Amino acid sequence: MAAVTRGSFNALRRLLTQQYRRRCFQPQNLRFNRNLKPLASRWDRSPQMFGSRTLRTAVAWRGPIVQFKLSDIGEGIMEVTVKEWYVKEGDKVSQFDSICEVQSDKASVTITSRYDGVIRKLYYDVDGTALVGKPLVDIETESGSELSQEEDVVETPAMAREEHTHQEIKGHKTQATPAVRRLAMENNIKLSEVVGTGKDGRILKEDILNFLAKQTGAILPPTPVFHEIQTPGPAPSTPAATPMSIPAGVKPPPTAPKPVFSGKDVTEPLKGFHKAMVKTMTAALKIPHFGYCDEVDLSRLVLLRSELKTTAERRGVKLSYMPFFIKAASLGLLHFPILNSSLDEGCQNLIYKASHNIGLAMDTSQGLLVPNVKNVQSLSVFEIAQELNRLQALGAAGQLGKSELNEGTFTLSNIGSIGGTYAKPVILPPEVAIGALGKIQ
Amino acid sequence: MPAMRRAMIPLARRRSGGGTVYHDLGNLNLTFFASKKAYDRQRNLKVVTEALRRVCPELDVQATDRFDILLKGHHKISGTASRLSRKSSYHHCTLLHSADRSALSSLLRPSCTGIQSNATPSVPSPVANLTDHAPSLQWEELLEALVQQYNSEFGLTSALTPVSPSDESLFPGVGNMEAELRSWEWTFGKTPKFRVETQLELRDEQLAAGCSAYLHMEVKNGLVESCRMDIPANWLPLRLSSTLSEVLLGERFCPHRAAAALTVFLRSESGQLHRRLCNLCEVLLAVMG
Repeated sequence: MAAVTRGSFNALRRLLTQQYRRRCFQPQNLRFNRNLKPLASRWDRSPQMFGSRTLRTAVAWRGPIVQFKLSDIGEGIMEVTVKEWYVKEGDKVSQFDSICEVQSDKASVTITSRYDGVIRKLYYDVDGTALVGKPLVDIETESGSELSQEEDVVETPAMAREEHTHQEIKGHKTQATPAVRRLAMENNIKLSEVVGTGKDGRILKEDILNFLAKQTGAILPPTPVFHEIQTPGPAPSTPAATPMSIPAGVKPPPTAPKPVFSGKDVTEPLKGFHKAMVKTMTAALKIPHFGYCDEVDLSRLVLLRSELKTTAERRGVKLSYMPFFIKAASLGLLHFPILNSSLDEGCQNLIYKASHNIGLAMDTSQGLLVPNVKNVQSLSVFEIAQELNRLQALGAAGQLGKSELNEGTFTLSNIGSIGGTYAKPVILPPEVAIGALGKIQ
Repeated sequence: MPAMRRAMIPLARRRSGGGTVYHDLGNLNLTFFASKKAYDRQRNLKVVTEALRRVCPELDVQATDRFDILLKGHHKISGTASRLSRKSSYHHCTLLHSADRSALSSLLRPSCTGIQSNATPSVPSPVANLTDHAPSLQWEELLEALVQQYNSEFGLTSALTPVSPSDESLFPGVGNMEAELRSWEWTFGKTPKFRVETQLELRDEQLAAGCSAYLHMEVKNGLVESCRMDIPANWLPLRLSSTLSEVLLGERFCPHRAAAALTVFLRSESGQLHRRLCNLCEVLLAVMG
């Protein structure tokens, strides 16, 4: 495809006569672009044609556009809902690639392409109603692409493998798990263009990431042998481009061209949880903070915990150090109830809270949350451990609710669990104090 | 949804179309795999009805043109869904043998009122278990009859082979597929656009006062796309209700995600309005189910 010469005009003419003969083509479907002047200026973009995001403008010439109609689904169904597009305008498709999924009220059907080519137009939006017999997509076919008939399907009542994770590309199956396939789709990569390094040529997540890195010129973490990653740049010498003139006597630089980083800034609007965090943290830092740090010898605690750990496990409870700290905090709050209080609006009144609802900062799929153990003053270390296990399980499942998250009166943050030794925690309003624990060393 | 969570019932979304199904060990799932050319749902359902008539001749079972199977003309004992790809297909259906009917009806009841969308409305039908009308029908007996009828209909001589669907060595990658079918992105993240329009009843317990507010939310792909609350300004200042709406934007339409975002937001406000804000958050979370 890279070398576009005058001879290609003949090839194009041959293609047209071939295609007129094929019964799949109705003369009115053929839109041949007679304007071939832009050919010369497109040469320098043609090497980017394969697997590139700029595919839309990079095709070297215009091929005939075929209207791919939605074929009869059967059972007298005249219209279906488009549930999902697997391609978008500008994508390269091969015969048998999945184009979209449509649904009638009980059957879900994957529509696959009859042609090789480039998607030029999608006729419907997701959730739109597609009509049987009407165009679904426009595909610009390549020259010389074979438009074969559908092979006769051998009838087998036995199980036929569902083709959801495989793509047949000219007889070569490309294997990839759904997760890898989705990653490829999100990044607009055709699996046929990725070299699979897994078993049987299976495409792994690393293969997709490597492919992406090559595209954007990002430098990957160093591998044992350092490879210089180069983006496909413009073809250095074409008859139409200005030849590079090297002044006589000057040696060209011996090193390869510097990798050009072609990544772009990505803007992501702040939403939901993060937006709320901004407000809360801003309000929190308006509170005048006083910090106090100390180091504590925990040798006896370490011993105690190791003694109690197995007993707890036998009773189905995982015992960490936190229940001890939480109980200790509560005992401390009995001596200094002012630390378990809250200031009202305008700082007019100090409300001493009766319950010690001690929160523990937790990183969950919902975000950085602080569920609390209610009424620690009435609980034993073991009961605290039980409740903590329950909260941790909910956190892991992304199911912490308002009863777990509300009404905390004091908070502990365990920086040690991620390896930190010291931290400067931020008080969570409406509380008045917070403790941070570093790693036991 | 809250009932499901309380009962710890897992949720997965299938790749074939149709409505929600409740499955327990009393509800048989039958899947007929065939090439696309051999796709014939009525023929498959005939296997089921003929098998049933063999074991219980007195049973009046009939497949409808909507591919349901009705008992005595009006109790639904089976529903159908299917998926077609380029060369192959599958047709699966349920068969209510002895499912927990009260769980079925309570769990299939929508928990969120006020939803409007372009989705095909679900038509609830009265259901029945086979064992309600043929108490002596054993599960194994039913399976054997189906196998026999299947072989007879398709001219085969296969025996019933038990397989474990979670066996990775037999079905490599099945664990990943299961995780995907249960993932949020697949179960809720592909939800077509819908609107929630409902009246919120707000209360301030301390002052024994209350008011009504109108909620209008748009959700696309499971994420809150827009949220408007018409709350009287003398109940809550406009800036608070609009900020709260903003906090929900872009979050999943999920009471847990909303609870996380709202709890964080509540920390940034204090004072008398805090009580009313808390109440508003509670009411909102209840709408999300």
